[in-house]
Amino acid sequence: MKILVSVKRVVDYNVKVRVKSDGSGVDIANVKMSMNPFDEIAVEEAVRLKEKGVVTEVIAVSCGVAQCQETLRTAMAIGADRGILVETNEELQPLAVAKLLKALIEKEQPGLVILGKQAIDDDCNQTGQMLAALADLPQATFASKVEIAGDKVNVTREVDGGLETLALNIPAVITTDLRLNEPRYVTLPNIMKAKKKQLDTFKPEELGVDVAPRIKTLKVSEPPKRGAGVKVPDAATLIDKLKNEAKVI
Amino acid sequence: MSVYTAPLRDMLFTMKEVGGLEAICAQPGHEETTPDLVEAILQEAAHYAAGVLDSLNRTGDVQGARWHDGEVTPADGFREAWSSFCENGWIGMPASTEWGGQGLPTLVSTAVLEMWKSSNLAFSLCQMLTLGAVEAIAHHGSEALKQRFLEPMVAGRWTGTMNLTEPQAGSDLAALRSRAVPEGDHYRISGNKIFITWGEHDMTENIVHLVLARLPDAPPGVKGISLFLCPKFLVNDDGSLGERNDLACTSIEHKLGIHGSPTASMTFGDNGGAIGYLVGEPHQGLACMFTMMNHARLNVGLEGVGVSERAYQHARAYALERVQGKPALAGSSTIAGHPDVRRMLMDMKARTEAMRALAYFCAGQMDRVAGHPDAQERAQAQALVGLLTPVVKGWCTDSAQGITSDGLQIHGGMGYIEETGAAQYFRDARITTIYEGTTGIQANDLIGRKLAREGGRTLKGLLTRIDSDARQLMDARDPELSSIGDALMRAVRALEDGADWQLAHSDAQPQDCAAGAVPFLRLAGTVIGGWLSARMAEAATAQLAADSSDAGFLRAKRITASHYATHILVEASALRDIVVHGAASTLALSDDQL
Repeated sequence: MKILVSVKRVVDYNVKVRVKSDGSGVDIANVKMSMNPFDEIAVEEAVRLKEKGVVTEVIAVSCGVAQCQETLRTAMAIGADRGILVETNEELQPLAVAKLLKALIEKEQPGLVILGKQAIDDDCNQTGQMLAALADLPQATFASKVEIAGDKVNVTREVDGGLETLALNIPAVITTDLRLNEPRYVTLPNIMKAKKKQLDTFKPEELGVDVAPRIKTLKVSEPPKRGAGVKVPDAATLIDKLKNEAKVI
Repeated sequence: MSVYTAPLRDMLFTMKEVGGLEAICAQPGHEETTPDLVEAILQEAAHYAAGVLDSLNRTGDVQGARWHDGEVTPADGFREAWSSFCENGWIGMPASTEWGGQGLPTLVSTAVLEMWKSSNLAFSLCQMLTLGAVEAIAHHGSEALKQRFLEPMVAGRWTGTMNLTEPQAGSDLAALRSRAVPEGDHYRISGNKIFITWGEHDMTENIVHLVLARLPDAPPGVKGISLFLCPKFLVNDDGSLGERNDLACTSIEHKLGIHGSPTASMTFGDNGGAIGYLVGEPHQGLACMFTMMNHARLNVGLEGVGVSERAYQHARAYALERVQGKPALAGSSTIAGHPDVRRMLMDMKARTEAMRALAYFCAGQMDRVAGHPDAQERAQAQALVGLLTPVVKGWCTDSAQGITSDGLQIHGGMGYIEETGAAQYFRDARITTIYEGTTGIQANDLIGRKLAREGGRTLKGLLTRIDSDARQLMDARDPELSSIGDALMRAVRALEDGADWQLAHSDAQPQDCAAGAVPFLRLAGTVIGGWLSARMAEAATAQLAADSSDAGFLRAKRITASHYATHILVEASALRDIVVHGAASTLALSDDQL
């Protein structure tokens, strides 16, 4: 059984992002980029399943600019067997990525597709769900445990009230939550080996997908600066302020 | 507490602009080491250093290694870290692929080693000693020794040590007394050794000691010293471990710093003699040990860089957070807005980046020695490595004292309190000017073997290069570059004067030369560091003109070089005066007047 894992190149989680002065987006020139942490968990899970012997091949996919190759190399250094880059300079929105992944599912016929539940740049939390709908596959989001049992996969999900365990028919789409696993440190020999692994590049049109954005960003702005605090003389004033000024109760 | 963040941008810039990364990657054997691979390696090493080693650094300091009945237990977490460090392939990174290493260029491994030294100096010593022993065995050991010992050492399953010092033989190895008596195909070693870094621990199943001792027919002095390999556990023909050898760790030292690194006192041969195998020829032990020692000296110089970088990051984080008084600088709300705190931060930054440049420059020359296709280029690079080794070791560690002290100073009273962590870097740095040859020993090596013995040829060649670069900078239309060029020109004249004086007096007044040796070493480091700092400013300027997308970093490189030129390079003329005029007062008092 093959696993397809999608990885997104995002601004590194340590970087303090800055909004461009014209409000058109976030400044990413010369900013450190790395793999979306939820996707790192997805790659780690796929590689662990391979190490357990229930999976034969792990294929990492990234959609975006040419530099996404570096992100794919990282995935291959963690243990993915090969990489696929869908290269485009177009701004990619979740629906476009879902369509690209659907096209790759048809091509590769994986038993499982594992995605991060969301990317830390736009926090959309949509691609996995859209992909499952488009490809007509069962889905289990926010996974904290994945176990393959024959032609089914049991996924434990983190839901508001606790944990929910679902059994899905394979093939299926899974999105990862933070507690699914703790990704390993990449080893030096594997970094060197990753360079020699196969990496194929496609254009969206070769996959027959129109990736033109459907949503237009009007404006991006910094969150308002936090104002100075005030001391209130008594609880009654506090309640009054919370009710009438902050309007939170 | 700050978390170590490897200065990847500066490291890569320095590797490319000063170390000559691209040319080295093009050398035969390194074709696969492409710039993007180097970047991936550095990023992952940075991740590991921050995530694993940096977080253990304080435990190592506070808890330290503990001795009990001849056994040494490292601080909590060190054992696990060592095994993950080895499993992740970092231990053997610079070692030859023949023995299971990755065979990466010295320049690349130097940047990675800097990260280990920044994040956990005490831990990094175990790797350094192991790799040094690997180097000595690979160069001088018999085929049988190589086959038996190298592979497990490069994999980190066994660690290595360097047993030189005895209570009466510190800097003076001529006073060495340990003995070796031939017995069949091996020797029986007996004697006492002190200050053995990572001499005993339980992180690995075996420890390979390289020991200096005298054969029965040895001539007196350093010409009668031989090198022996004594494993803690004897190794059977099939590579499995046999009996415990006759050697023991009798205690470990209580030290000012690097508490995480056990410093062992060792006895060999209490029960008839430890079994040892000769490495290299009889009586040639010192030459063999120098293979290990030159490697170690450059690494200790790099420790000066690493611990300075860490102290800088720690002080910077504190200065950008601590609120105290009304800052003079607009836009600042913390003590980083006080000009004097800025001055210290800039001094730390400028010195550390110049020291890094010197260490990487030397590493790049080592790669040229190892793999440049042209024999003359190789010979020139070898001469430069020889000249620069004592400067890297002596100057980078000497400078680290002031830098880590400034790091503590920026914290004010809080820096004197252990909880803030600033004091650890200051204490840890203190050993670096002492072990692997004190600054005085480095300076004597510089003025003797590296300068006088060859009539100053290599240094003069380097001065010509610096001179021509300084002229080019002076002629630049860019006023910032041209004033850096002016300062560099004055400084290179000072170094030239100092070198000429040393050369002119080396035969007739050797004691005067020795009195000025350390000032001369500081002079050489200050000027060569200033040269590399100026070259980085020039490269940054060219990059800015071509593509300004990384302007913040590149402009900072120029300003940092200006700071070096106006605050540090100016020390050159004073150091020259000390070299030329300083001996008289140094040597004039009698012992009872001191």
